[in-house]
Amino acid sequence: MLAQHGTPGLPQETHVDAFTTPLLAGTATGALLLIAALGLALTFGQMGVINMAHGEFLMAGAYTTYLTQQVVTNTDLSILVALPAAFLVAGALGLLLEVAIIQWMYRRPLDTLLVTVGVSLLLQQLAKDVFGAQGDPVQTPGWLDGNIDVFGYHWPYRQMFTILLAVAALAALGALLRYTSYGRQIRATVQNRDLAETMGVSTRTVDRVTFFVGSGLAGVGGVAVSLISGTNPNLGTTYIISAFLVVVAGGLGQLRGTVIAAFTVGVVTAFFTDWFSSSMAQVLTFALVVVFLQLRPQGLFTVRTRGLA
Amino acid sequence: MNRLLPLARTWGPLIGIALVAIALLVVAPAVLSPFRLNNLGKYVCWAIAGVGIGLAWGRGGMLVMGQGVFFGLGGYAMAMHLKLEAAMATGGPDAIPDFMVLYGDGTMPGWWEPFRSGAFTLFAIVALPAVAATILGWAIFKRRVKGAYFAILTQALAVAFATLLIATIKQTGGFNGLNQFTLFFGYNLYDPVNKKMIYSIAAAVLVVCLVVVWQLYRSRFGELLVATRDAEERVRFLGHDPANIKLVAFIVAAIMASIGGALFAPITGIISPSDVDATASIFLIAGVALGGRALLLGPALGALAVGYGRTALSESFPDQWTYFLGLLFIVVILFFPSGLGNAWSQVTQRLRPQHQEATR
Amino acid sequence: MFHSRTRLATGTALALTTALSLSACGGSKSGESSAAESCVDTSGDTIKLGFLNSTSGAMAISEQTVRDSLAMAAEEINASGGILGKKIEPVVEDGASDPAIFAEKIEKLLTGDCVAAVFGGWTSASRKAMLPVVEADNGLLFYPVQYEGLEASKNIYYSGATTNQQIIPAMDFLKSQGVKTLFLAGSDYVFPRTANKIIKQYAKELGIKIVGEEYVPLDDDDWTTQVAKIADAKPDFVFNTINGSSNVGFIKAYYEQGLSPATSPIISVSIAEEEAPAMGKDVTGQYAAWNYFQSVKSPANETFIKAFQAKYGADRPTSDPMEAAYTSLYLYKALVEKADSFDVDKINDSADGVSFDAPEGTVTIDGENHHIAKTGLIGRINKDNQFDVVWSSEEPIEPDPFLKGYSWWDPSAS
Repeated sequence: MLAQHGTPGLPQETHVDAFTTPLLAGTATGALLLIAALGLALTFGQMGVINMAHGEFLMAGAYTTYLTQQVVTNTDLSILVALPAAFLVAGALGLLLEVAIIQWMYRRPLDTLLVTVGVSLLLQQLAKDVFGAQGDPVQTPGWLDGNIDVFGYHWPYRQMFTILLAVAALAALGALLRYTSYGRQIRATVQNRDLAETMGVSTRTVDRVTFFVGSGLAGVGGVAVSLISGTNPNLGTTYIISAFLVVVAGGLGQLRGTVIAAFTVGVVTAFFTDWFSSSMAQVLTFALVVVFLQLRPQGLFTVRTRGLA
Repeated sequence: MNRLLPLARTWGPLIGIALVAIALLVVAPAVLSPFRLNNLGKYVCWAIAGVGIGLAWGRGGMLVMGQGVFFGLGGYAMAMHLKLEAAMATGGPDAIPDFMVLYGDGTMPGWWEPFRSGAFTLFAIVALPAVAATILGWAIFKRRVKGAYFAILTQALAVAFATLLIATIKQTGGFNGLNQFTLFFGYNLYDPVNKKMIYSIAAAVLVVCLVVVWQLYRSRFGELLVATRDAEERVRFLGHDPANIKLVAFIVAAIMASIGGALFAPITGIISPSDVDATASIFLIAGVALGGRALLLGPALGALAVGYGRTALSESFPDQWTYFLGLLFIVVILFFPSGLGNAWSQVTQRLRPQHQEATR
Repeated sequence: MFHSRTRLATGTALALTTALSLSACGGSKSGESSAAESCVDTSGDTIKLGFLNSTSGAMAISEQTVRDSLAMAAEEINASGGILGKKIEPVVEDGASDPAIFAEKIEKLLTGDCVAAVFGGWTSASRKAMLPVVEADNGLLFYPVQYEGLEASKNIYYSGATTNQQIIPAMDFLKSQGVKTLFLAGSDYVFPRTANKIIKQYAKELGIKIVGEEYVPLDDDDWTTQVAKIADAKPDFVFNTINGSSNVGFIKAYYEQGLSPATSPIISVSIAEEEAPAMGKDVTGQYAAWNYFQSVKSPANETFIKAFQAKYGADRPTSDPMEAAYTSLYLYKALVEKADSFDVDKINDSADGVSFDAPEGTVTIDGENHHIAKTGLIGRINKDNQFDVVWSSEEPIEPDPFLKGYSWWDPSAS
């Protein structure tokens, strides 16, 4: 496993700043990408659905945080309320999307991509009309407002919180997949949908659960994003492409590929940003993913499945 | 009936193309005001790119989500030439574009130099996208990356391309893009007669592109392309390399997008990152989806309709335009996956199941 | 059989196309453009003016405020008798935050609707796209936003600040504060890059050391890595040329990493009264450079704020671009009345010295470069998210878009 905790036990470096900052900041970015990508990887791997509106579920999570803070005015508490609230709101949106649209187009994976582009446009415009084009402020709770000094980098608590959130989300998802009967059904469906159905698994129900959980995770990611930049209607578009690249590079059907890809993309982008510029980092990261797919066209890890696009 | 069918197959599409040609080249210039004709010219540029998307996506099954990149390669190549032409008209043969003096250090990057030549520019408008599409397509298709992976990669490419353009202010004008052209191969760009001429060129190019894809669709290559879309493995077992077939379609689509972009620059007077980014690329897809991706005329007519709709709706409902675009995607893909242009033939297909045309 | 028919069909198609396009073509290579003949109708008792702002897309929130104050100015002018006795009839269009759309719509306004002048635009990209159109049609555009300068068109009046009225006063202010080290943070596009080029050259002149320079793409909100460099450099001041929502991420990261106005205060050129409360952080004590603040004390400003809040709600703040847009319409009225004509050439001939008692103070048009003389102000944000004016250039600064009057300026240095 990658070192996800930048604990002060890392080997001492001479050029601390040039190394520590991108590593720690990149790990936090990777954690965010992971939360965003987990849901995508689940729905893509299991149903072949490419949900371009997934970024808008992040946005929904961010706006939920903002709204929660209007109700629960104690900011120390409101974030803790916002986390489950954002999970439920984004999960419900995901479920709605599945029931209203997606379920009619399994077996047409490329078309789901286009339909959800439409959904994404609608949700962005809706957020603009409801909340205004200018973002709304999200207060950082007192216990997240600060930093510790790691080799000269003032590592914000918020970044540690994001990493913890990703680890928690991963652990919860892993437990769900491994130890519950739903998890077994999900894994069975991913590996062979027809056979699972023959064995009495209700793949329709399994699909809905997956969609709910995957979208809900994006909502949780939205809480973390709102702590970086508040809310704004275009928030989802910032992360969706990177999250998809993570899914593509990680491969389908196994979470460890997604995990490694997410942290790698996060850290590598941070180093490119440090060495060149933010703009060049985006360009180079994309180039790296294309090169990587030359070496491993199926991504890092993949489960042999049938019927994937 | 049976004897008429082959005739209809040959002449049907041709009559369709002829009708489009007459509408665009004879009727439109006669009835539209110069301003509206110029607007139509802009939609025609999108339609040219749309014809290519129809080839790659409709017939080849490759969902090209980043055609803005190729649109941009052609658009920027042409815009660089126009920019240099404008500079040379006032400042002599060594003059450089104004923004390089204003925002840069007053020197021009060497790779701009050949674009002083109109002939080189025309060559580059075809060669640049061809080379880029070959490299990218080779890398992707040879490793059998397809379906959603391909779509996501092309979209990421559009994002990266726009970011790169915005970040290179001194070389490409950045967020402002390239604008303030005055001449188009010696012709004054602000003379209405010349504007009409450029429009006519664009419309003629669209018609030529339609003829080209019509021939491609009828050819052995067209059949192989559809076969690859529907059953790639079987094509492979028959001894063909699907990668090469897809690559050719991808390159042709890229060149068409590039030509569309090259005409877009003089018609609108500007090319900027917002004309070539991921959103612009999705906009191109919208027209093709609406018109019917696998049809001959569908992509072009769809692109014209979406372009017109954008102008008309944004003039009447400036705030609701995005809702229309979003709903268009959902309704068309959900209910008319092969486009509105195919709604009629879907009905006739049901009456004559033996002439079923695979559209998925 | 099949093949010959194919070839015949192809040949027919190509021949048809060639014939049609040849008949439709036929450009004129020589001769002057036959356009530019004004179609403005001045015979009635109304005069059409175009308001072209983005009401959709990313820039909508900013440009909507400009649209609001333009509408208010038009109502006021109509209530007091109009321009040369003619009531203003606004023709409203959406620029959709897209430069190509701006170019399309201004053409429609000038040649289709035949408006006498157009008011609007926000991003430099939109202005650059409209410039050749408004010049070719010999129309008029009033552009209300501070920008990176290095431009002057006889068909554009710039009612916002150019760099020597905002960036350079800000540097003068920093010098007066005894600032020794400065960090530059900006969005990765033309305005910040140009502003920072000027800042770097002037800083050298003033003896201020630039200790860092960071750019992030416009749509990227995560400033953590870059702010870490600021925290590391510990500059006396941070010069912020970030645009739009990216400011939120910047401000949040800034406070998260323990920076504060006590150690490294920020001076911004795009955070105004509307943006300050949307940061999700208490930004009290940070600075901004503008030519107008809501807190400016003048009878004209009192009237302006009162009218604006009566029309749009008491909670709506007023800001610099709004004020500049409001002023631009009144300047147009003054220009027309001095020229006693709506004719563009006549307006331009008598433009020099036309002035208006604006909310920001008296502003005067420079007939040479079509910018206006404005007073440079520095404000410090107070706990009500209003700006207390802490420094002023005292006198209106003559506009100098190409910085010709500054000996240290070398446009070709990188």
